[in-house]
Amino acid sequence: MPENDAQDFINALPFARALGMRLDQIGEGHAQISMDWDARFVGDPATGVIHGGAVSALMDTCGGAAVLSYPGALGTATIDLRIDYMRAATPGQRITARAECYHVTRRVAFVRATAHDEDSANPVATATGAFTFDRKEQP
Amino acid sequence: MKAPEPVQQVKHRRDSALATLVGAVPYAGFLGIQFERHGDELTAVLPYSEKLIGNPILPAIHGGVIASFLEVTAIIELSWAMLWDELETGRLTPEAMADNLPRLPKTIDFTVDYLRTGLPRDAYARARVNRSGRRYASVHVEAWQDNRARLFAQATGHFLMPQRKNG
Repeated sequence: MPENDAQDFINALPFARALGMRLDQIGEGHAQISMDWDARFVGDPATGVIHGGAVSALMDTCGGAAVLSYPGALGTATIDLRIDYMRAATPGQRITARAECYHVTRRVAFVRATAHDEDSANPVATATGAFTFDRKEQP
Repeated sequence: MKAPEPVQQVKHRRDSALATLVGAVPYAGFLGIQFERHGDELTAVLPYSEKLIGNPILPAIHGGVIASFLEVTAIIELSWAMLWDELETGRLTPEAMADNLPRLPKTIDFTVDYLRTGLPRDAYARARVNRSGRRYASVHVEAWQDNRARLFAQATGHFLMPQRKNG
């Protein structure tokens, strides 16, 4: 996807825009989306750590983008998403999520995702989810 | 026997403790989440706003907003339940709480079921602490819009409890 089209994808989603998300890469069932740390997204003021819900939103958007980039996809919606929080994201650091749509059936797409801050060797969170898979009707 | 505390005093104490707890979470304010209280029962309210939309064609509330709303509700309910006895017995005052904010539970995992499309209108949620031990807690949250019985999302999460000195 050309860079402008990719950013259009984010700009078309008001909440993704509100969180300042940027689509870094997308294609063939894979997507990478990142967002900056922001004081407004903090969950625990004592630590300045970003709220888990903001990380969920990033993972959900990235998972949906991965499904939409799977060949033959027309539309998608999240059925369920489980997030495991490995560690607190370091305040001030950008968070990047990578999602992979690793299997699709006629109606369902299966996704796994990881998120990390600037220490890319230690994930902040991992996620697994099921999404609806609306496909182009085959002739 | 001690005279019962005047009702306005009780309400003021509980409401200011809740306002301190919720006001300390910037992300809850960013989403516009408010809490209504009846006795110890909390209901979270998410007033609709345009920035919460994920799918502008339907339009539908973003799945990430729904997950965030449920997780904020779970953490506030769990913290509220954790602090309730200390606040009621006077071991903790709202003023002391504001000066030294309590540490919040940390999410270990959180699973959201998206049952129906989130419509562009207000949403409500209530959390139930199914188990709360010294270290770990399990919380279930339900969210609805127009009808309490027609949930549009639910979630279960596990949390690591903060260690409280006198708790």
